Amino acid sequence: MSTFFEPRQLVTPGDLLAEGEYIAGENTYVEDKKIYGSRVGLVEYENKKVSVVALKSFYIPKPGDIVIGTISEVGFKGWTVNIHSPYPAILRAGDVLNRSFKPQKDDLAQVLDMGDLIVAKIGSYDRTHDPQLTVDEPGLGKITRGQILTITPTKIPRVIGRKGSMISMIKQETGCNIILGLNGVILITGKTYEDEELAAMAIHKIDEESHTSGLTDRVTQMLKEEKTKREGSKK
Amino acid sequence: MNEKPEKLIDKKGLRLDGRKSNDLRPVKIEVGILPNADGSAYIEQGKNKILVAVYGPREVHPKHLALQDKTLLRCRYHMAPFSVQERKSPAPSRREVELSKVIRESLEPSIFMEYYPRTVIDVFIEVLQADGGTRCASITAASLALADAGVPMRDLVVACAAGKVGDIVVLDLMDEEDKLGLADVPVALMPNLNAITLLQMDGALNLEEFENAVNLAIEGCKKIYEMQKEVLKAKYVNVKEAED
Repeated sequence: MSTFFEPRQLVTPGDLLAEGEYIAGENTYVEDKKIYGSRVGLVEYENKKVSVVALKSFYIPKPGDIVIGTISEVGFKGWTVNIHSPYPAILRAGDVLNRSFKPQKDDLAQVLDMGDLIVAKIGSYDRTHDPQLTVDEPGLGKITRGQILTITPTKIPRVIGRKGSMISMIKQETGCNIILGLNGVILITGKTYEDEELAAMAIHKIDEESHTSGLTDRVTQMLKEEKTKREGSKK
Repeated sequence: MNEKPEKLIDKKGLRLDGRKSNDLRPVKIEVGILPNADGSAYIEQGKNKILVAVYGPREVHPKHLALQDKTLLRCRYHMAPFSVQERKSPAPSRREVELSKVIRESLEPSIFMEYYPRTVIDVFIEVLQADGGTRCASITAASLALADAGVPMRDLVVACAAGKVGDIVVLDLMDEEDKLGLADVPVALMPNLNAITLLQMDGALNLEEFENAVNLAIEGCKKIYEMQKEVLKAKYVNVKEAED
């Protein structure tokens, strides 16, 4: 029973992480009772669980996830949505129109056209079927204003912070509403363009320095400094 | 064209470029140099210059090629027309089609293919300058590009060749040694799992020589493997420095 790396150390695929009574977590695999890493990332030992926080990854859909996507195709019965995943998502017409849909009467392109952005929830997904989206909930649907940011999906938990500390701090400091798509796409809507820029700046900083400690404090400080600087230049 | 050298190994046992029998050529590797690709790598091994781009996992087009139980891995090994002395036709030659297959099969065991059914991972290998042993350098770089793309893998794959030149077994053949030598044995390896994913032989060796060649190639692989890991980590070093 032993581990071979310091916690939060950078590992590459194939590195032997632990041997013996450990549980293999994310981005690891077991062979001959030994746990190896399968992605480039930072290793974490939590109780008996060994996992790797990947530094680069792609989004794999999970039912219940909120995602942000772009309409990539308007079909007869619904839309195909690009959700930055290996799999394209499907959004059915009946789901959006909230009533039975008649192909003769309804023009789907008038409801959602190519290139439109939507906030949606993954309704169902498994290995054999492409993910199906739903917008049948408050807060979901077409995006009409704001800014879009894209980061690596594995870094979304860092933007949220411990019990949402990071995201609520950014919301409070900038006065923006922020929706985090678990596929790595982020929507920022604020009162002014400057507010949105400020929030985007904070998220970029988190993306770049995601594995460093004490990040919340530094982002808070950066936001406050930036705010006073901007107020100063206005006068 | 260059004249044919008289001897591939001189009296002191040194090779044409001054290497000893168990020396590698100088290797330089870079990772993540193509922003448009999901993952990429560039390798220089001696006079070889090879660029690799990885796209995916992504939707399969045309759709009928998709596999229902695992990822499809597509590999394209291609030599640029200017990569060799005599212009090479840009159309895929018999040799390139075969090498694409061989490289694909040496990478496949390292990837968790069953994780993402109905998708494809495309690997594009572009040889900009060739100097013998391009298949090995291609495998080394392609594996790094896959890791850079975030594809889950059992281990990095690293490849290196050994062969017989004159009377002795030597490591990492260059172009002249490959053409005028007696045998060439390319080996691809997953070092942590100690598993060979590619083993070929071109030429004639007796059993003892063959064993020597394979062991020498594995030694060479392990040296390159250390470089591979270092380069992959170096991409994130600036991030680590911010922490200190």
